[in-house]
Amino acid sequence: MKDEVTSRDERVANLKGMGASRKRVEDARFTQGKGNYVDDVKLPGMLFGDFVRSPYAHARVNGINIEEAMKVPGVLAVLTAKDLEPLGLHWMPTLAGDKQMVLADGKVLFQGQEVAFVVATDRYACADGVEAVEVDYEDLPVIVDPFEAMQSDLVLREDLEAGADGAHGPRKHHNHIFLWEEGDEAATNQALESSEVVAEEMVYYHRTHPCPLETCGCVASMDKVNGKLTLWGTFQAPHVVRTVASLLSGIDEHNIRVISPDIGGGFGNKVGVYPGYVCSIVASIVTGKPVKWIEDRMDNLMATAFARDYWMKGKISATKDGKITGLHCHVTADHGAFDACADPTKFPAGFFHICTGSYDIPVAYVGVDGVYTNKAPGGVAYRCSFRVTEAAYFIERMIEVLAIELNMDAAELRRINFIKQEQFPYTSALGWEYDSGDYHTAWDKALEAVDYAGLRAEQAQRVEDFKAGKTRKLLGIGLTHFTEIVGAGPVKNCDILGMGMFDSCEIRIHPTGSAIARLGTISQGQGHATTFAQILASETGIPADKITIEEGDTDTAPYGLGTYGSRSTPVAGAATALAGRKIRAKAQMIAAYLLEVHDDDVEWDVDRFVVKGAPERFKTMAEIAFASYNQAIPGVEPGLEAVSYYDPPNMTYPFGAYVCVMEIDVDTGEHEVRQFYALDDCGTRINPMVIEGQVHGGLTEALAIAMGQEIAYDDMGNCKTGTLMDFFMPTAWETPHYTTDHTETPSPHHPIGAKGVGESPNVGGVPAFSNAVHDAFRAFGLRQSHMPHDHWRIWKTANQLGLHG
Amino acid sequence: MIPAAFDYHRPDTIDAAVGLLAEHGEEARVVAGGHSLIPMMKLRMAYLSHLVDLRDVQEMQGITVDGDTVTLGAMVTQHELITSDALASVAPILREASLQIADPQVRYMGTIGGNVANGDPGNDIPGLMQALDAKFVLAGPEGRRTVDARGFYEAAYMTAREDEEILTHIRFRSVAGMGYAYEKQKRKIGDYATAAAAVLVAKDGDTISEARIAMTNLSDTPIFSEGAGAALVGTSGDGAAVAAAIAAMQADIDPAEDNRGPVEFKRHVAGVMLSRAINSALSRA
Repeated sequence: MKDEVTSRDERVANLKGMGASRKRVEDARFTQGKGNYVDDVKLPGMLFGDFVRSPYAHARVNGINIEEAMKVPGVLAVLTAKDLEPLGLHWMPTLAGDKQMVLADGKVLFQGQEVAFVVATDRYACADGVEAVEVDYEDLPVIVDPFEAMQSDLVLREDLEAGADGAHGPRKHHNHIFLWEEGDEAATNQALESSEVVAEEMVYYHRTHPCPLETCGCVASMDKVNGKLTLWGTFQAPHVVRTVASLLSGIDEHNIRVISPDIGGGFGNKVGVYPGYVCSIVASIVTGKPVKWIEDRMDNLMATAFARDYWMKGKISATKDGKITGLHCHVTADHGAFDACADPTKFPAGFFHICTGSYDIPVAYVGVDGVYTNKAPGGVAYRCSFRVTEAAYFIERMIEVLAIELNMDAAELRRINFIKQEQFPYTSALGWEYDSGDYHTAWDKALEAVDYAGLRAEQAQRVEDFKAGKTRKLLGIGLTHFTEIVGAGPVKNCDILGMGMFDSCEIRIHPTGSAIARLGTISQGQGHATTFAQILASETGIPADKITIEEGDTDTAPYGLGTYGSRSTPVAGAATALAGRKIRAKAQMIAAYLLEVHDDDVEWDVDRFVVKGAPERFKTMAEIAFASYNQAIPGVEPGLEAVSYYDPPNMTYPFGAYVCVMEIDVDTGEHEVRQFYALDDCGTRINPMVIEGQVHGGLTEALAIAMGQEIAYDDMGNCKTGTLMDFFMPTAWETPHYTTDHTETPSPHHPIGAKGVGESPNVGGVPAFSNAVHDAFRAFGLRQSHMPHDHWRIWKTANQLGLHG
Repeated sequence: MIPAAFDYHRPDTIDAAVGLLAEHGEEARVVAGGHSLIPMMKLRMAYLSHLVDLRDVQEMQGITVDGDTVTLGAMVTQHELITSDALASVAPILREASLQIADPQVRYMGTIGGNVANGDPGNDIPGLMQALDAKFVLAGPEGRRTVDARGFYEAAYMTAREDEEILTHIRFRSVAGMGYAYEKQKRKIGDYATAAAAVLVAKDGDTISEARIAMTNLSDTPIFSEGAGAALVGTSGDGAAVAAAIAAMQADIDPAEDNRGPVEFKRHVAGVMLSRAINSALSRA
């Protein structure tokens, strides 16, 4: 470890700390097929479980006959609600304070709902058993429209007491879940009434699905000898699963070990608790053997947590010069059959009230009505922090609509309404305290990068050419300036089922100067093992390559609320930095002792403590680590370890400026993204390459959502998009080239100034793509159309505008 | 997505395969590339006790160009259709169309025989076979017979092939020198056509002397539109002639609404695809 000949720059480079585009350490195993996913867990004697699912969206279940299924060779058990009822497990609480059937209890409420759980010696026998279960259904009328649900006499949730309050206050109709409000409605209405210009529009953000590459699944193994339950699963929040499993099952929490192994994407889909987990645990307890349950693609798309499905009625007012004076929003939120959203408890509409966006809007109001329908439950954040993508889509559409109303350029309208740099920290009309931002700088940089004026000139020429019959293609310029709210969150107002949303990091420095750190989060592809080691490298002077990052095993990792909502870096990343600083504080005392100077006479330099004014006298972190274990130091405990639990003082507010340039064929509805420029400001940048990867991935999901991806139902409640033939997942072929860029406005309250980035491209990308489509048709009178902008919807828009002659 | 149990057979001659079908009747089906049948089995929409895999049947492999006559073994993959230079010189439309089928991974497995024999109206090659005026060779317990592609398709998944017959070969005459185009609109890679048009044209000077037009996924069978072809013959292929061809084609198709869009949209796209295909084919004639 003697490196006196190494220059300071080389020592910095050797750390691969913050700011380095360090290659992802996870990729060696992922790219070689050596990952270890839940379905790779194979235990002796392991059984398989699978569900009989409802083909009906709404039906009475008059009987379940398991006789034939039990005759199938290899089938050991068929669980129904009647079997779970004595355990009190035929229903389970949802993360949103509602309850959900684990197995059909008298009726089914959505297509694909779990009706019975077949347990067999192998998957094939299990599938044959599922086929042989006979269910006597009596179909009922179906409601798939939330507006109809609020008018209908049909009671979907017969289990809920009429007139009784729900988890979030009074219910005004038997199919109503909650009304959640924020802001000053009277003052907002007054602003709208007294303003020179008001634009009003219904903005629908359709139902879609996170559709991770790996579907949900688990292996439950109850050891009856020692009373311990081990649960491997695709959990984005393993510690929460442990606590919930303990509360539900009555098994003491120390007897439950939850392990999230490698996870193949989550995007919010793997936050919630699913009937498959409960049934696997029960089946393992009943049989005394490990039980595996793995969804197939159709199960995942049809029955696990969807995202969005928000009908957002907006009114935005302004002066005739374009200064926004007020914003009013009412949302009809289709939650499906059960309210199984995964938002912080106090926020049943998540952080939707970030919907004033990047703009200085003096007064605003939002009201969200949650409604039951005969669709799958969920309402999770799909690569967005708790309904933030809905909010961003809403405000970025309303800005465009207002620009049309004002006959103004939409880029200029944004510019004159941005919160100014000097206004931060800025308290929005809906109560959020934006920590930092510099929107004008980002916006100008973006517009200059794409030659915005040149694009508008080209577009004007294109419109002329189109009208003259010289072309059948239109050009759309989609603008977005989004502000995210991530890093949930401060325990004072953020909890899930009472569990505060802090996070944690525990570090052990080994005697020879390498380390292991464990966190309460869990990577699903984000690259935590790479980036968290970089934070620690910068904080402790131990090279990132000598730091192992471990997550996901509740027996070894400190308690944390998991990974979703771009919270890992803002919360666990902060804990990591602070734990690193605790290490350094102790190291300073040890270094001073070894150098025989006072603690205050040494200073930190990259990877060592140096005697002030005497740079040749120093102790490296490796030397300090060895001494910490092996040398008796008066007044200092042996060892070099630290734990930090971080309760963030505020959320973080990443932002970005995106421009999408799209060619649209009015005759076929086909589109081509000619250019996509994405400027992200996520505060301090830990690993630029990982950020770029996150942005590419998020933009591709945004492309999918905006241009074709949807969970669609027919009037009978049949899911029409239950396979990847109809549910759009872009391949390399459909994915355009992206140009990424950045500004860097560190968060003032975060230990390293980082804000989180994983979800920004989804939040900003969807309005950018959608605005490009709308913008292409602006010259021909389009104000608003509904996503996804697949070929036929774009064609319909062109047709309705009379562009087909 | 797990199929019910079945027996797996792997004969190495046509006769042995036919024998297995004759022995097991409705309980047996042949599988070529498996991209249609296997998913149906996994979804338990198809139940078979016997799966007869044709991949070892050498007689059904290979592309042969003998003078004017082209013979394709039913087990020729879509990848081979793309990479065969011999085929490209006599029927380049097959390469153009095959490049628009699914994705490379599927094309390594998917076969021309499976594509034409399954009777799925979404498949691309049956439309091409109409335009090429191909003949299908069917082998059954009674021996072999030949059926015109234009008379083969009866309804979705219903064809002139008897249950105990195997489609073994495809034959057609070279179309070298004819202008060709296959225009297909799809939502994404791997998708069936929203609408697709296959066009072959021959010119005598500036006048179209022959035109063959077929449409894909716009009815429950591929559509050979004689009227559309007739509308072009004797013309220069100008705007009025193309419009007449489109009108004739519209009278022949019968699209159904699905997730790709409603009937009105599909009819419009069908017209756009045909117009583009005619213009592209004329530019190559």
